[in-house]
Amino acid sequence: MLLGRAANGLYWMSRYIERAENMARLVDTGLRLALTQTSTSADEWASVVTSAGARIAFAERYSEFDAVTVSDFLLRDITNPSSVMASMETARNNARMVRTALTRETWESINEAWMALKRILADPIDERELPKVLDAIKRETALIRGAFQGTMLRNEIFDFAQMGTLIERADNTARILDVKYYVLLPSVAWVGSSLDNHQWETILRSVSAHRSYRWVYEAEYKPANVADYLILDRRMPRSLAFCYRGIAEALDYLADAYGQRHACHQLVHTKLTKLKTCAIKDIFEEGLHEFLTDFIRDNSALGDQIAKDYRFY
Amino acid sequence: MAFDEMRLDESGLREPYRGYDRWFRQQDPLRLTEKMQDAERVFRKTGITFAVYGEEEASERLIPFDIVPRIISGSEWRKLTQGIEQRVQALNAFLDDIYHRQEILRAGRVPKDIIARNEAFLPEMIGVRPPAGVYTHIIGTDIVRTGENEFFVLEDNARTPSGVSYMLENRETMMQLFPELFRQVKVMPVENYPQLLRQSLSAVKPASCEGVPTVAVLTPGIFNSAYFEHAFLADQMGVELVEGQDLRVVDGHVAMRTTEGYKQIDVLYRRLDDAFLDPLTFLPDSVLGVAGIMDVYRAGNITIANAPGTGIADDKAIYSYMPEIIEFYTGRKAVLGNVPTWRCSEPDSLKYVLEHLHELVVKEVHGSGGYGMLVGPAASRKEREDFARKLSARPSNYIAQPTLSLSTCPILTKSGLAPRHVDLRPFVLVSDRIRIVPGGLTRVALKEGSLVVNSSQGGGTKDTWVLDD
Amino acid sequence: MRLKITHRTEYSYDAPVSYALQRFRLSPRSDRTQTIHSWSLTVEGAREEVRFDDQYGNDTRLVSAENGQETIKVTASGEVETLETNGVTGPHRGFAPLWLFQNETALTAAGPEIVDLAERVGEGNELDRLHRLMGLVREKVAYETGSTDSATTAEQALAQGRGVCQDHTHVFLAAARHLGFPARYVSGYLKLDEADEQAASHAWAEAHVDMLGWVAFDCSNGISPDERYVRLAIGRDYREAMPVSGIRHGAAQERLAVHITVEQ
Repeated sequence: MLLGRAANGLYWMSRYIERAENMARLVDTGLRLALTQTSTSADEWASVVTSAGARIAFAERYSEFDAVTVSDFLLRDITNPSSVMASMETARNNARMVRTALTRETWESINEAWMALKRILADPIDERELPKVLDAIKRETALIRGAFQGTMLRNEIFDFAQMGTLIERADNTARILDVKYYVLLPSVAWVGSSLDNHQWETILRSVSAHRSYRWVYEAEYKPANVADYLILDRRMPRSLAFCYRGIAEALDYLADAYGQRHACHQLVHTKLTKLKTCAIKDIFEEGLHEFLTDFIRDNSALGDQIAKDYRFY
Repeated sequence: MAFDEMRLDESGLREPYRGYDRWFRQQDPLRLTEKMQDAERVFRKTGITFAVYGEEEASERLIPFDIVPRIISGSEWRKLTQGIEQRVQALNAFLDDIYHRQEILRAGRVPKDIIARNEAFLPEMIGVRPPAGVYTHIIGTDIVRTGENEFFVLEDNARTPSGVSYMLENRETMMQLFPELFRQVKVMPVENYPQLLRQSLSAVKPASCEGVPTVAVLTPGIFNSAYFEHAFLADQMGVELVEGQDLRVVDGHVAMRTTEGYKQIDVLYRRLDDAFLDPLTFLPDSVLGVAGIMDVYRAGNITIANAPGTGIADDKAIYSYMPEIIEFYTGRKAVLGNVPTWRCSEPDSLKYVLEHLHELVVKEVHGSGGYGMLVGPAASRKEREDFARKLSARPSNYIAQPTLSLSTCPILTKSGLAPRHVDLRPFVLVSDRIRIVPGGLTRVALKEGSLVVNSSQGGGTKDTWVLDD
Repeated sequence: MRLKITHRTEYSYDAPVSYALQRFRLSPRSDRTQTIHSWSLTVEGAREEVRFDDQYGNDTRLVSAENGQETIKVTASGEVETLETNGVTGPHRGFAPLWLFQNETALTAAGPEIVDLAERVGEGNELDRLHRLMGLVREKVAYETGSTDSATTAEQALAQGRGVCQDHTHVFLAAARHLGFPARYVSGYLKLDEADEQAASHAWAEAHVDMLGWVAFDCSNGISPDERYVRLAIGRDYREAMPVSGIRHGAAQERLAVHITVEQ
């Protein structure tokens, strides 16, 4: 038995830690592209903000897209609820709320990450310092994950936290793909073209998959392969299929533990079956953008259904 | 000259400190300083912080911890516990009486107005008799010492005493830092406090509850200054830490919302003030409490610890009548004395207090935490004059006490051991019986000569040892 | 006098409520002035959580509604035999001390207007002074429905010179307490001569007088209650003696319809 509010706290604690990490990856991508691109980097920084789903909020505060404004907004700005600092603040507050459900190691790793990032992100970041800052963010979140995975009992507490991580991650991967979906559309114009390699790079790098992709696909950038890798490949830990396998597993554990299945179980298995059985060409036929739009909507609905079925509120 | 509990000067080491002194002399001072820093790192990492009222959450800070224990002999402790038990019995009898027949007022032993004009008197408690007749289940009696056999009770803290988590963490830290010390000196354990608390709370379950009662701790939430303690106690007892938003009235009981539906709570250890407890009964805007909990309480379907309305026993004007209260209900003189107290509501006392401000401590009757008080000898002339104006404007809001020469106990400073003033808060659990864990929270004024030990005013804490002798 | 009473309260919400609690003090007790022959309380759309005696001995129930309830209907009905006691309710009973009824409450705090009114009562024996106070209240506060609401204080009602029975009672209580009398609020029913149907319950005051105990004063009608009055609940003010009160979650607006019949 777990308090509904505690389940909610665990779920959002994990979502926000995952979000903080994803933000750091996104900014890292923008930084890499800005360094390698000869043309103006403003477009790439703009697309980073779009991938973060924060275009409108950004426009309210800044007029220029560049390393300074974008990293300030996505890393430090606490008025942006998805910035790294705001995410860590929310994650820590949730962790304090569910303090009794966490191992000492997990709580301490979150508390220490918060203390470290508060110090690192206290002042505006010099562009030259940016790589170091991004490394620090990724390291802190990795330490949290390590403490969590290494010390938490595999019970309902673990399952609610795990679902938060995976729903956030699936959302993030789907959004990144959707922002660049046109790049992946089969089109004669760019077949064999090397000019667009950086676009794939953007996508793969922002989910930390640029190296593993090369191992799997022998460095051959094909849109169908990239999409297949990030949507359907269950080996790839940020793919939609991987995330859904994990969510389904967590929900099935809960059903066993509580002896009760809910509407969310139906939802997750429908989606998982689809991800297991369909091929990438079916998705392209259906329309990649349409597929991703539906996915993002259904993923969010699954989160709501879990909250309802397990009385988060 | 204050009474030093270790007495390192020429008059000779006091007996209880003999074992510790032997160990201390063998230590390398440098190593001790390192240990002190280790302790602080542990506290900060685990998030044992304390939000000071009026400061930003970002400024969460630690209560400083001193590694020299405060040591009490077994025989001293036995005398203290006798006095505390007597006091706690009297407090519960008093609370039962004022919410029923009010015999003590009829007998004229306590003036009627002190209850009638008291905001902490809760009409909603009239006629309520909680299980085992216990109103105040958890008490932190503040005790000061001024001499070899001179102990006084400074405050009763019958409402919601805090600090017990520090007692436990301080001991835990000391055992981690100096395991060998605990082999050399036989110290009574305090670690079982959480189990005793849970047993004690279970023992006052509602009469209608069959089987093992479900206990929960109610917290105002993560932004409360004592949140760490709330979470700590719930965790150590193995019970849920709930907030008002988790609770509602279901099937005639208070129940908590869980991932599997609503589950009934039988005993609620609440760390929330009366006014916020029930928006249907008290402050309608409170979102921290549970609508209807007072109805469930009056119907006898839940035990609330401490009971609502116990705050009246913390009133400092009522404190001044504790010797009469103890005698009235126990038929015996108080074992532990009160600090002499002038009630400023009485014109003669007010006159005396105003003329002697420079040597008195003046406190608000409802105050706590060291806020709103004047320490006459330490205050400037202007501070005293400003305070005199406040005092004259609302005399009944204040009491005054002599500036006691609190005993001292050494702390470790850069230049070695140095005496600092201390007080003591043992924690008392009341159910079908009274349990006092041998130990408590020793608060220490870290500034040389300072008499204010409150953590909100720069005080620190020490591990408190009761010797098994 | 044998009175047959029906008191229907219907709450309707413009949107389904996720959770609501209602507290009812709708069950009168037998005492020196009345004997309850039969009484029943039925609730539709909500269920009883607990039933208990409050600090003044009122028979109180808490009910809850959840999951999209749109209406709650409460019907209290029964037969009561009343006696003519010249307004005297009798000696004080219960654990609530008399001095508690001398303390002011938020709704009955004495401001300058109340103090002024109380001072105009003048000297005399206790009963005479209370009757004079009743007369003054009636003179200073015209009966006018809709001129005040449930949060109007005694001081405000007196200052604006208009109010309903609740305000009359509050003004009387505030002034009586200022004069040192223990005084309390009574919610109840009144058999009207002209009509059986009523849209609201009634309220009046009681003050404690040495030798007699509690004596009732109905400022709205300028009399001490007689056998046409049925006492339902008591408290220090409206907030403590109100027959129905509640709290709800969600944005729904509440509409309240009350039908009372008191027949002989």
